[in-house]
Amino acid sequence: MYELRQVDKKFPGVHALKSIDFKIGRGEIVGLVGENGAGKSTLMKVIYGAYQPDGGTITIDSVAVRFQNPRQAMQKGIGMVFQEQSLITNLTVMENIFLGYEQQFVKFGVVNWKAMAAAARAQLAKVKLDIDPNMITAKLSFAQRQLVELAKVLTLEERVDGDLVILLDEPTSVLAKEEVELLFRLVRELTTRASFIFVSHRMDEVLELSDRIYVMKDGEVVDVVSAADANVDAIQHKMVGRDVDKQYYREQKQEPYDADRTLASFDAVSLGKKYRDISFDLRAGEVLCLVGTEGSGREAILRTVFGLETPDSGSVTLKGEEVRAFTARSGVEKGVGYVPRERKVEGLVGGMNVYENMTLSQMRRYSTAGVLRLGEERQLARDWIDKLSIKTPSEHKDCGGLSGGNQQKVVLAKWRSGGSDIILLDHPTRGLDIGAKEDVYDMVRAMSADGVGILLVADTLEEAIGLSHTIIVLKDGEVQHRFDCAPGAKPTLYDLVHYMI
Amino acid sequence: MNDLLTRDMLVKWAPLIVLIVLVLMFALIEPRFFSVRNFARIGISSAPALMVAIGVTFIIIMGSIDLSMEGTVSVCAVAFAFCFLALGGTLWSAAWLALPLALVVGAVIGLINGLVHVKLKIPSFMASLAMGFVGTGFALLLTGGDRVRIEDEAFRSLLTVRWFNFPIMCYVALAFLLIAWFIQTRTTLGRNFYAVGGGEELAHASGLNVNRVRVLGFMLAGVFYAVGALLAVGRIGIAETATGSNFMFVSITSVVVGGTALWGGIGGVFNTLIGVLIVNVIGNGMVVVGLPGYVQDGVLGLLVIIAVVLSTDRKSVDFVK
Repeated sequence: MYELRQVDKKFPGVHALKSIDFKIGRGEIVGLVGENGAGKSTLMKVIYGAYQPDGGTITIDSVAVRFQNPRQAMQKGIGMVFQEQSLITNLTVMENIFLGYEQQFVKFGVVNWKAMAAAARAQLAKVKLDIDPNMITAKLSFAQRQLVELAKVLTLEERVDGDLVILLDEPTSVLAKEEVELLFRLVRELTTRASFIFVSHRMDEVLELSDRIYVMKDGEVVDVVSAADANVDAIQHKMVGRDVDKQYYREQKQEPYDADRTLASFDAVSLGKKYRDISFDLRAGEVLCLVGTEGSGREAILRTVFGLETPDSGSVTLKGEEVRAFTARSGVEKGVGYVPRERKVEGLVGGMNVYENMTLSQMRRYSTAGVLRLGEERQLARDWIDKLSIKTPSEHKDCGGLSGGNQQKVVLAKWRSGGSDIILLDHPTRGLDIGAKEDVYDMVRAMSADGVGILLVADTLEEAIGLSHTIIVLKDGEVQHRFDCAPGAKPTLYDLVHYMI
Repeated sequence: MNDLLTRDMLVKWAPLIVLIVLVLMFALIEPRFFSVRNFARIGISSAPALMVAIGVTFIIIMGSIDLSMEGTVSVCAVAFAFCFLALGGTLWSAAWLALPLALVVGAVIGLINGLVHVKLKIPSFMASLAMGFVGTGFALLLTGGDRVRIEDEAFRSLLTVRWFNFPIMCYVALAFLLIAWFIQTRTTLGRNFYAVGGGEELAHASGLNVNRVRVLGFMLAGVFYAVGALLAVGRIGIAETATGSNFMFVSITSVVVGGTALWGGIGGVFNTLIGVLIVNVIGNGMVVVGLPGYVQDGVLGLLVIIAVVLSTDRKSVDFVK
């Protein structure tokens, strides 16, 4: 009944959706899988009306529709249960359920709370949640909140004629195993009321719940399989199958690392729910890549090395000294440099110029009694602009005006010029075009040659395999497997995916 | 890109253009406005306000706000006056020690302010507002509501002795403006203010001690408030609880009108100079032209709104609380 035909969506520089055909029948549960960046979230946004497609048609019961915003989509029966919980935690459950639709309970400008509570109870009964609708949402568990969100979307049933399509975006990511089973049972029962589109990183869950599965890669639907014929291996191959160019990742420049010089090591380190019992050594000249899905603990490990997170147990050693105080200051002093994923938030201060950003972490070295030696700062900036061929009119240029690749170079220059030799790269090529990516790969190899140890969270699996000496695969905060990636003997994508999901 | 450039240029130069237009406008309406005598008058009324506004500029660049200036100025003024009289009552005696003492008092109040804000994690506007009230109350306690007169000629020469038609206090204010500019552009502390205001997360992730920067910022602001207090006492020869009144509105208005962004990271002390001059030119010009005082406040209020509207990139700000 709901159908997309040859839907196209382009963003500047990216062809996010390429002629997508997608349909879902009444009471059907459709799974949607793909790697990060395959186009799943763009597709979902098109479906629930947050994006308008550039081409193709959307039809409901063979009638063409076009949504300007999510509210219009909701009026046609399409609802979204968000991955990040979208409930307002300081409001009550019923206020959340009817947020934006309170008018039905208002008489003479006064809200009839009793009527709203009764209506909310009816909605909560649909998801079998027996709680007081007057409760403040913050007091609910994550699982309960997920159900309240579902109940909120199910209010569409009363408001809309025709069928419901409900999108579930990673609904299981915050749930425990029993809660997941409960949710699945509920979703199956609710198919009498609605169709579901289910998006998850966890392949087993998608297989278990869905009737049909769409596999996406690079903005295209590469396969549609029915759950009966589905085979995890085949789907995983389709998800990642891609030609890898060895030149592209500068594999020929990959030199063996210095096994005798350990820069950083983890010994049975654990941090709350983020990761458990992690051990590894990072040697001089090594590129160590942490691979896993979102939330597998990769970022938390980087942040621990830098000192932004304090582990609960185990010991972290930087350059032969055990770390006692976990602060960013001590990390910087030990020679750790952190290139975060969000350049704009944690990488560069917008409004400050190139040389000011470069010396931000090492101002003490360029000042006497608190007074800066501007000449030396500028000289340093000019040297590194040459060294990394940063494209900027001068060292006085505001960093906010540089291109993404050049911003990334400034961030790297900031740490390298300060003598950092443990560099943490979190998605260093995210949002960069191909030329800029290659520049970053060159820099990674150059740093290795200088004896820098690099801890990498890569943007794609190919990048991880192409760049690294060693790969550690993580799942739910635990080490699954460790691969040696000498040139010519690298693991395949499939080897990795196998341990990831 | 081109759009952005012109917008940036406009935002950068708008305060100066506004100042020039205002001066020309008043000069056209009333030629007496455009005289050295009148400019000296504007200079005198601007000098203390400039000091206070520079102090709060540093805080606003950090993305915080300080509302303690009225109380701080009162306490510094009264503390200075008592000390000055107790130590001899003239600059040619040990009484000159009262000058540095006033600066220390300002720094201490700023230190307390900063520690309350950072250690107790109270939002800066609330912490400083409360400290301001404490200061005003403390000044009243010290004076018992009396005015303390400073009649020492040497100290009053701040106002009475003129070089090139401008009283010494204008030059003192100018000297401290240069010091502030030096701190802003040439010291690690000044750079840190911008880093904290431009990206606190990042400043932290670069190994800066953000809390230390904040506390130092409040101390520095306190010192500049104290300088403002000294100039204010020099101007009228009286220290009292009311010495600090009206500085809050004037200083914050000046900073904003000068083009320093309220969310931090952008602006500087020269913006504040322009802002203070705009505010005082409007005040002075309206008196010279003959408009009643309440119109001034209305015009200043409008100017603040226009300044913020101009300097806000509304596309990048979703909600304002």
